[in-house]
Amino acid sequence: MGSDPELFVITPSPAWRPIDLREVWRYRELLYFFVWRDVKVRYKQTVLGISWAVIQPLFAMIVFAFFFGRVAKLPSDGIPYPLFVYAGLLPWTFFANAVTNGGQSMVGNAHLITKVYFPRILVPISSVATGVVDFFFALLMLVPLMIWQHRVPSPEAIIGIPLTFGIAYLLSFGISAWLSALVVRFRDIRHVVPFAVQIWMFATPIVYPLSLVPAKWRSLVALNPMVPIVDGFRGSLFGSPLNTSGLIYATVMAVVLIATGSMYFRSIERVFADVM
Amino acid sequence: MSGDIAVRVENISKLYRIGAKLDPRTLRETLTDLVFLRQRKKDDRDLWALSEVSFDVRRGEATGIVGQNGAGKSTLLKILSRITEPTSGRIEVRGRVSSLLEVGTGFHPELTGRENIALNGAILGMTRAEIRQRFDEIVAFAEVERFIDTPVKYYSSGMYMRLAFAVAAHLEPEILVVDEVLAVGDAAFQAKCLRKMDDVASHGRTVIFVSHNMPAVKALCQTAVLLRAGRIVDRGDSNGVVTRYLQQSAGPIDRTETERMIADVPPHPAFRLLSIRLLQHGEDTRNVLNGDPVDVEITFDVFKNTIGLHVFFRLLDVEETVIFESILDSDAESAPSVQQGRWTATARIPANFLASRPYQLRFYAAIVDRHLILDPIRLSFDVQQSGLVNRAFPGYESPGKIAPLLHWTNVRAELVGYSEERERA
Repeated sequence: MGSDPELFVITPSPAWRPIDLREVWRYRELLYFFVWRDVKVRYKQTVLGISWAVIQPLFAMIVFAFFFGRVAKLPSDGIPYPLFVYAGLLPWTFFANAVTNGGQSMVGNAHLITKVYFPRILVPISSVATGVVDFFFALLMLVPLMIWQHRVPSPEAIIGIPLTFGIAYLLSFGISAWLSALVVRFRDIRHVVPFAVQIWMFATPIVYPLSLVPAKWRSLVALNPMVPIVDGFRGSLFGSPLNTSGLIYATVMAVVLIATGSMYFRSIERVFADVM
Repeated sequence: MSGDIAVRVENISKLYRIGAKLDPRTLRETLTDLVFLRQRKKDDRDLWALSEVSFDVRRGEATGIVGQNGAGKSTLLKILSRITEPTSGRIEVRGRVSSLLEVGTGFHPELTGRENIALNGAILGMTRAEIRQRFDEIVAFAEVERFIDTPVKYYSSGMYMRLAFAVAAHLEPEILVVDEVLAVGDAAFQAKCLRKMDDVASHGRTVIFVSHNMPAVKALCQTAVLLRAGRIVDRGDSNGVVTRYLQQSAGPIDRTETERMIADVPPHPAFRLLSIRLLQHGEDTRNVLNGDPVDVEITFDVFKNTIGLHVFFRLLDVEETVIFESILDSDAESAPSVQQGRWTATARIPANFLASRPYQLRFYAAIVDRHLILDPIRLSFDVQQSGLVNRAFPGYESPGKIAPLLHWTNVRAELVGYSEERERA
């Protein structure tokens, strides 16, 4: 053994420390395999396979289009209601699934965490990344829907869709980092998450347009970072200008959540294997 | 740190808060504590799983870590594998480490053999290029060529284990940390694994091996460390350490010690162990005659009807080799439901079965696969020759671990073409 192998030291780590990005980069292949596994397994276990990615928002669209569009006759900014709802559901479904699955991810991978070392943050990262595949297929479904409704996407969509989706991605990761660590510490959180996500959906302009919100509530609604994301995603598709300040706010929120969430995650990480 | 030390463990200690381990706290508890400014008391439930453990492993050396259950072996291994952190102390490691706390970590039943090799390889730290390069070898070693594109949920347990071990065996770390991986699979498979381990150890790689299999520790490791209650009590040449360990641990366990172990079983809402006795001719004994059957009697309370309750024991020799395991109702067609009540289960070890040597019994109870007795209850006994086996040769010690009286047949036929004349010539 001519070369001197690299020295590694195991010691108790300080309670607060940032994510070791270099280490995450070294483990990027494992990250890829985690995403690959989750995508493969999900679509193998079901008869309908990949079409589930489309069925979920599509059925929600049909139900909402009937109850809110036909029965309640909610306005939709001049866009055909089914298209209006579907375009809103796309970023939302991604976000809702990412947050729900991300929150469960550490507990769901307990068998790995107690048996082998890897940077634990890969678990929520990969869990959120898996949702991108679903989002992509659901996005493709938009094409026949647009054709059916005789609509052409506006050129703003080329910037608006990736931009709003990118912010949604960061936001879901920040929340997932928080939730996945909290669920390990406090198991009852996991019963709260799906319920909170449901309420959050109706607090976000998906089945109704933002214009329907009374002026006095606007400032309160503006606190919800998903508002500019959903509104921006849908707006750019149908040619309304992007709400820049709202998107900046959402980005700042996402960054703050990622920073604090990953710090909290790291502080809990030291005891993950002991509590699980 | 001098160049030929691969792993240096310095004053490693690990504290577990038993409460924290058993029940992750609920949000409600934490909130009420916050509201009432209650301080969780730092109580007697603190457990030092390891205290001030220090040792070195030289490059290319295989070291065994031995000790009773609960001595801290697994905790040490988890710290070495970076699964959990030490409470204090420091470990210096030189070289790429792979740790195997089980085989098949991360195997997914829905994925095919091929896919699981890739996934498991990545989890164990192989790069994609390494996996691709060793793929054929892994498949050949596991002997699963025909089923490589079948989801592993359709594999027999033997195939599954072979594939899982094959991936692990093709890791090429500088330092390998292994736990009890060999305690699974049939004898032939275990032998194959041991050969592979020996191969790894003799190729100049550093190995840290935790095992209950004392012959394997002696065969594979040059040095060993003996842990007891979280402390190192013996270290040095593996033959010496193993011999001293066996002398201590196989020392006969007297009645009061068995009773103490029963009393120490943590309380469980569905099950309580009351007593364990060894009966011959209706008398509680630790000195058994092998010419007569001996009854193993277990008395326990079941507080509510329980599905999948297993009560079982193992018979071991002094080298801690399991001779057999026997489970109450093991011939049932489906998981039996045990009704509420006080039960007395008796297993009969037949006459003319045990050899005249000391043995140990270990008792376990589990609901489905969740163990109720964390540290098995031990009971030692001695056997005296009184049976039919080899009675024509008094004083002859049968070499086997058991001496069963088998049903022999011996059929005589006339020799053809063999005459007394030829014998004389």
